[in-house]
Amino acid sequence: MLTIKDISASVDGKEILKGINLTIKAGEVHVIMGPNGSGKSTLSKVVAGHPDYQITNGEIVYDINFKKKNLLDMEPDVRAKEGIFMGFQYPVEIPSVSNEEFLRAAFNEICKYQGVEDMDPLDFQDFLKEKMDFLGMGEKFINRELNVGFSGGEKKRNEILQMAVLSPKISFLDETDSGLDVDALRVVGEGINKLKRRDNAIILITHYHRLLDYVKPDFVHVMYDGKIVKTGEESLAYDIEKNGYDSIIKESQN
Amino acid sequence: MVGNEQFLSKDYKYGFTTNIEVDELPKGLNEDIIKAISKKKGEPEFMLNFRLSVFEKWKTMAEPHWADFDYNPIDYQNLKYYSAPKKKDGPKSMDEVDPELLDTFEKLGVPIHERARLAGVAIDAVFDSVSVATTHQELLSKHGVIFCPISEAVKKHPELVQKYLGTVVPPTDNFFASLNSAVFSDGSFVYIPKNVRCPMDLSTYFRINASETGQFERTLIIADEGSYVSYIEGCTAPMRDENQLHAAVVELIALKDAEIKYSTVQNWYAGDKNGVGGIYNFVTKRGKCAGSGAKISWTQVEAGSALTWKYPSVILQGDNSIGEFYSVALTNNYMKADTGTKMIHIGKNTRSRIISKGISAEYSTNTYRGLVRIAPSAENARNYSQCDSLLVGDKCSANTFPYLEVKNSSATLEHEATTSKISTDQIFYLNSRGLSTESAISLLINGFCKEVFKELPLEFSVEAVRLLEMRLEGSIG
Repeated sequence: MLTIKDISASVDGKEILKGINLTIKAGEVHVIMGPNGSGKSTLSKVVAGHPDYQITNGEIVYDINFKKKNLLDMEPDVRAKEGIFMGFQYPVEIPSVSNEEFLRAAFNEICKYQGVEDMDPLDFQDFLKEKMDFLGMGEKFINRELNVGFSGGEKKRNEILQMAVLSPKISFLDETDSGLDVDALRVVGEGINKLKRRDNAIILITHYHRLLDYVKPDFVHVMYDGKIVKTGEESLAYDIEKNGYDSIIKESQN
Repeated sequence: MVGNEQFLSKDYKYGFTTNIEVDELPKGLNEDIIKAISKKKGEPEFMLNFRLSVFEKWKTMAEPHWADFDYNPIDYQNLKYYSAPKKKDGPKSMDEVDPELLDTFEKLGVPIHERARLAGVAIDAVFDSVSVATTHQELLSKHGVIFCPISEAVKKHPELVQKYLGTVVPPTDNFFASLNSAVFSDGSFVYIPKNVRCPMDLSTYFRINASETGQFERTLIIADEGSYVSYIEGCTAPMRDENQLHAAVVELIALKDAEIKYSTVQNWYAGDKNGVGGIYNFVTKRGKCAGSGAKISWTQVEAGSALTWKYPSVILQGDNSIGEFYSVALTNNYMKADTGTKMIHIGKNTRSRIISKGISAEYSTNTYRGLVRIAPSAENARNYSQCDSLLVGDKCSANTFPYLEVKNSSATLEHEATTSKISTDQIFYLNSRGLSTESAISLLINGFCKEVFKELPLEFSVEAVRLLEMRLEGSIG
């Protein structure tokens, strides 16, 4: 579904990603772990098309509806319309725009792109209510300004709600579990699990295995210094939590 | 960000010129020019005397320079004060209007053809110094509404003009208002009789075409007791390298229980991206709630002009009268705007509301300057002011100068101000949810301005959003 081939990327001339290779198939859940500064967030931003990052090498092929598309040729909004989603580590505050208004605008623009009829405000309200019920979320923040004054937990829950509404094919969730208390973690974790389908793929970027109590990964990758240095199964995440990254990093350097 | 050039090039679609034979006066300003203007208009003597006495005083006045910008000096002797499309006796109906002019207004999206009667808005089209067409005359006159060029009102309704002209903006109010009083050539006149609700929106469209010519329009709107009118004003000008002067005066008078709603979408040519050319827009707009329970509401979207100096104000003389000011001012490139309002509370229980939204981009400067004055007589006056600034990029600036003068301790005043910034992170966040940069900006601008846009007549608010988007497209990212 998504093939990342030998991607290198830099910001302000500093190389962050140094040849990443990753193949993601429909129905899979991948976990990317690694010490701070290893390039995990950069990878998700590069996939989403953040303008601050220059791609110096490699390609990303997006395979959708039996067509291969070069993701790097697309503007960020087109990537989103094609089904790429990024859950932000620090969701951006947008004053004066209500959460619901924003979601409807995004949803309808994606509908338009995909040639589906858009929804009027009332139908959209019902649709939104349905998604929130499905995720077991209250609707307190839906009429507030987008992410403005949201608690950390509300921001992350809102990211999951957006994912539910926009129904992407590939979701990179960047530390969606960090800064959450036990209850918020459960809502987010169960939410992600409910949004997992056979025709989509989820990539979790995390420091902790606790999210994996809710979402079972197929692969765990360890990133260090802009590279994936080890790939394993779920047990790898528990090893890391117990023993840290040192031995894996040493192993990779030999 | 990709696509900037393409957006910038469609920046100003009204920049064309119309080739038309003109009747104009030579450059320069003196008594003879003023007499010639008055003669061309066939004015009664009171009007000529009004002009000449103001001109005497104007000669002793100095150009004000307290606004938050500098500009190239204006040479008042190097301007033409009158330029009009040539015509014979003045068109009796739309069929006689020069097709070149009809075309011009058609291109501007202002329908003044016969078929425009369907549009549901009566339009007065002002081209340089004169009004060229006013639509829907018949229907309006059935309701007793007078909507005509002010030059015509001077002749046909001298008693109304003489009674009200210069009563809200005194002829010597300020340098630019005086200049206008001496040389104004046209503009619109509106009179709504007692207890009449004007059956349609009235609209004047101002077009500057001639070069090296100043436009000095004058608008006078009188809403008699218990009446209501919604008036809309639009403006554009060709792209030229020189700066052109536009110094208008607008006076509104709302008598007892009358309401005037005045909306402006100002889109004068703003100069190119290096700040060359553009209109100098020095405008005095003021309304007076002369009777009790009167209401005057100004809504403005200021998106053009190299310089904007404009403070639509309300004198709240009648008890229980209401003044409102809703403004969106956008500056881009090297544009400079110093705009705001004055709310002068004199009557008891008077209320005013100020909502100002400033958007600045590139190297522009955007200043809100407002005064709320509560006179000793204004028992229980209330004011609410909200001034928000939105910055696009980090080279522009925004200022807020709210002045308060409170002489009655029973007054209640509230003031709120915020400054925020459109960042690339916000745009990326919205992009990553499938919104194109254009849609993202539209969402942000709409959100920021929604309290003002909802005050605009519907078809105008759509226009206003599009206009702001176009003006901003190149500046983000």
